[in-house]
Amino acid sequence: MLSIVPRPIADLPWRAITLLLLIAGLGVIVLYSAAGGNASPWALSHAIRFSVLFTVALVMSRLPLSWYRHLAFPAYGVAIIMVLLTELVGHVAGGAQSWLDLGIIRLQPSELAKPALVLALARFYELVPPSEVRKLGGIWPPVIMILVPTGLVILQPDLGTAITILASGAVAMFLAGTPIRLFAIGGLAGVVSVPLLLIYGFDHWRNRAMTFLDPASDPLGAGYHITQSKIAIGSGGIFGKGFLNGTQVHLNYLPEGHTDFVFALIAEEFGLAGGLFLIVGFILLTWWGLGVALAATERFQRIAAATLATTVFIYVAINLLMVMGLAPVIGIPLPLISHGGSSMMTVMICMGMLMAIDRNNRQSGSSAGRVVS
Amino acid sequence: MRRPGKLITRNSLNITFNRRTMLIGGAQGLLGTVLAGRMAYISIVENERYKMLSESNRVNLTLIPPRRGWIIDRHGKPLANNKADFRVDLIPQRVRDVDTTISQLGTILRMTPDEIDDLRVAMKDARGLQPVPVAAGLTWEDFATLSVRLPDLPGVAPQRGFSRQYPTGAAVGHLLGYVGIANAEEYEQSKNPLLITPGFKIGKDGLEKYYEERLEGKPGARKVEVTARGKIVRELGVKEDVPGKPLKLTIDGGLQEFVARRMGRESGAAVVIDCQTGGILAFSSMPSFDPNSFSDGIGRLEYAMMSQDERVPLLNKATRGLYPPGSTLKPMAAVACLQNGVDPEETVNCPGGYRLGNRFYQCLGRHGPVNMTRAIEKSCNTYFYAQAHRLGYDKIAMVAREMGLGEEFDLAGLNQRYGTIPDSEWKMRKYKQGWTASDSLNAVIGQGYVIVNPLQLAVMTARLASGRKLYPHLIPNDKIAPTLPFSPEHLAIAQQGMAQVVSQGTAARSKLPLDGIAMAGKTGTAQVRGFGSGSRGGAGVPWKYRDHGLFVCFAPVEQPLYAAAVVIEHGLGGSRAAAPVAKDFMTYMFDPQKAMDSLLALEAGWGGNIAERMASEFASFRARAEGLVPEAPAEGEAD
Repeated sequence: MLSIVPRPIADLPWRAITLLLLIAGLGVIVLYSAAGGNASPWALSHAIRFSVLFTVALVMSRLPLSWYRHLAFPAYGVAIIMVLLTELVGHVAGGAQSWLDLGIIRLQPSELAKPALVLALARFYELVPPSEVRKLGGIWPPVIMILVPTGLVILQPDLGTAITILASGAVAMFLAGTPIRLFAIGGLAGVVSVPLLLIYGFDHWRNRAMTFLDPASDPLGAGYHITQSKIAIGSGGIFGKGFLNGTQVHLNYLPEGHTDFVFALIAEEFGLAGGLFLIVGFILLTWWGLGVALAATERFQRIAAATLATTVFIYVAINLLMVMGLAPVIGIPLPLISHGGSSMMTVMICMGMLMAIDRNNRQSGSSAGRVVS
Repeated sequence: MRRPGKLITRNSLNITFNRRTMLIGGAQGLLGTVLAGRMAYISIVENERYKMLSESNRVNLTLIPPRRGWIIDRHGKPLANNKADFRVDLIPQRVRDVDTTISQLGTILRMTPDEIDDLRVAMKDARGLQPVPVAAGLTWEDFATLSVRLPDLPGVAPQRGFSRQYPTGAAVGHLLGYVGIANAEEYEQSKNPLLITPGFKIGKDGLEKYYEERLEGKPGARKVEVTARGKIVRELGVKEDVPGKPLKLTIDGGLQEFVARRMGRESGAAVVIDCQTGGILAFSSMPSFDPNSFSDGIGRLEYAMMSQDERVPLLNKATRGLYPPGSTLKPMAAVACLQNGVDPEETVNCPGGYRLGNRFYQCLGRHGPVNMTRAIEKSCNTYFYAQAHRLGYDKIAMVAREMGLGEEFDLAGLNQRYGTIPDSEWKMRKYKQGWTASDSLNAVIGQGYVIVNPLQLAVMTARLASGRKLYPHLIPNDKIAPTLPFSPEHLAIAQQGMAQVVSQGTAARSKLPLDGIAMAGKTGTAQVRGFGSGSRGGAGVPWKYRDHGLFVCFAPVEQPLYAAAVVIEHGLGGSRAAAPVAKDFMTYMFDPQKAMDSLLALEAGWGGNIAERMASEFASFRARAEGLVPEAPAEGEAD
């Protein structure tokens, strides 16, 4: 390939990198606004964190795929043990706790569990003979593999993370070829269990669900967030109130404007235009990931890539549904925008692995794989 | 989905994978579209609504209580005005921890224990957004300290604004009434948000209440941007309030204050009327309350002191105090006699009393033969007993009513008790008994069933002096009063008698100390105990059984300008207690400096002016209430 750009640089997945930089850049801008026009305490640390994790992702993209293959099961095991450990530490300390204080950083092992589960499932489906995929022997192990971390996270209790783990796992199974009627049965079970959870479930889930069903019933309590978030989005209009002019967050009517409800701030200051920019950006990023999956030849790569891409999308979708009042408030941050390390780490690990698969695709075929957009 | 018999191979799984990946990609696109659609719906279709909600979040519209219209006297001098003020209220609904908040406020504002108690009690009954006043008249330092601490004190609302001020304090208490925060019922009735705006007060009594609509004004509004916690970020705009219209009274502010001060430590009432118009120049009931402290929300202790005082400071005695008028009705009775053909020069011999059947009705002295003017001058009962016995009281009662006695006046909503001018028909209706000669004798000297209020006495005197049916009023008007249906000669005879009362009769000691201006008057002494009980209410009995002292007067004699009535409760006698007061305020009308000099000398002996005396009384009351050694009120305190 004749080019003035050196090959290692030209080989980088520029489409994904551009999208990542645009989205994370918007995050920095918005967090700057959320702090009332200050780089501290959020915007600067967000930029630094992104830079570090972006480097990590680039490094990950250069690791040989065999490493991922061989580390898939051990990584899953380690993640489960860490989640369990968090549980125990939290139990001893009294009260719910979802993070593990390692001294240097507070690590949220349930976040690590997501990519680890995806890799482990992809690895499982690579090893299982095609004829077994639709049979019991090919179904129960992944179900167990999914339910263990899901159950542990529910106990924390962290419903949001549990739902994303469950959804990621289900997507992996779906892509691997598990019969669709099983999903129908699972979905039905879910629908039936929701009221049961509401009746017997933990108090704060029940409150959240009730609030979701009728936000006005408790305008100053949990429903307050949804109401204020909708006010922020709705009052922004098409082009927003302008950078640094969002009153809902700046005057503290919408708390958590820098974390879970950061989208409301984007919508308030940049309007529908800003919101659509972000939604389209995430869709394109996800489709890029699915393209990588379709271009891959190996089953491990294909399932891993498609599921990793979907995992990122699930984050975005649940967060946006919640912020727009279409889903209960379940504490899911907006990837790459919300301030906070754990979710960004998960997303960047996913992106790193996707880039590694993409790189592998280009190297394996002389045609550098199929181009799917 | 299962296709029986179909072999599942690597290739078929790949095809499934491709298909399902496309499906997921499509689902993601669909979900993205739903999200975009939802967002577009909220931000375009519902934009107006959410914009409004966002604005109502952000913008806090606070009403600026309007400044009340001034109440001014006939010369434009303020009787009630507004002073710039720093005040603080509590909004019950927003207070998180009542006890902590109150104790912190107590420390910051250095409140006394009874003030803190009052606040606790007030907060206990308080609900919702109805502000509870904490303190008014804060210093700038206290206000600033409080403003800094606000974030820790939710529900505390400091405000700079205007508060009602009555420059002459207690002197106008019963005349003007006072203002106060609207109570819950008043708010429930009108639902006017102004009523629960901190610092806004409505008239609660007297003229302040009656002319509320005129005095109230229109509120202004301040738009401020606030945070969710209520902290003000910046001001967005101000619409100034429209102050209420001023209310001009017929009152002479200087005289009003002078009269109140001249009443001294006595309990009583005085009304001065303009003999040309009927306008009320002074309207005083003492002791009174200080409308300034009432308007700030009076303390329980101060209120307790007032309600326990036997001189009843909370009662407006000028219109609600009823007294037997005693001999003050004699000039009026004289007019009635003349109207009924009595010859003024006819004499009646006074041997010290009058015999009716087997009862002997006492006179105050042995006056010998007296004609009409002399009978008024000496306040001879015998003369009037004889005339009343001859005429019967019904004829006298008709004249009494024409003079305004027994009448309830339409007077700016002032609450009145109009007493009784009895006649035979009245007695039959009330007691189912016939009128007796004895009733006539008692009535003609202003005892028995006769009972009047001080305002009526002043009106009677003004009518008698002017010959016109003056109607008392507080708001200036252009109405010309009709003449009385009595002959001017007859009135002149009664006036002559009254002039002699002061020049050489019972009130001879109360001549005006002025050259060429003389006063005419009539003293009266009314018994508090039943007339027939035989016990007189002299100096030797407890205060509350002593006789009331009354005096009605007008001046100058030749061309009456002012008419007045003074009642000094339990003052022992009209000439002793009431006439000197009238002498001094009449002097004030012609020579203020001279009158003021004599007043200052008197006040030096009373322990200061009204405000000083009220303060020292309250201090000793507080000391007693707190169980400390009773502290004698500071006596020789001069101002």
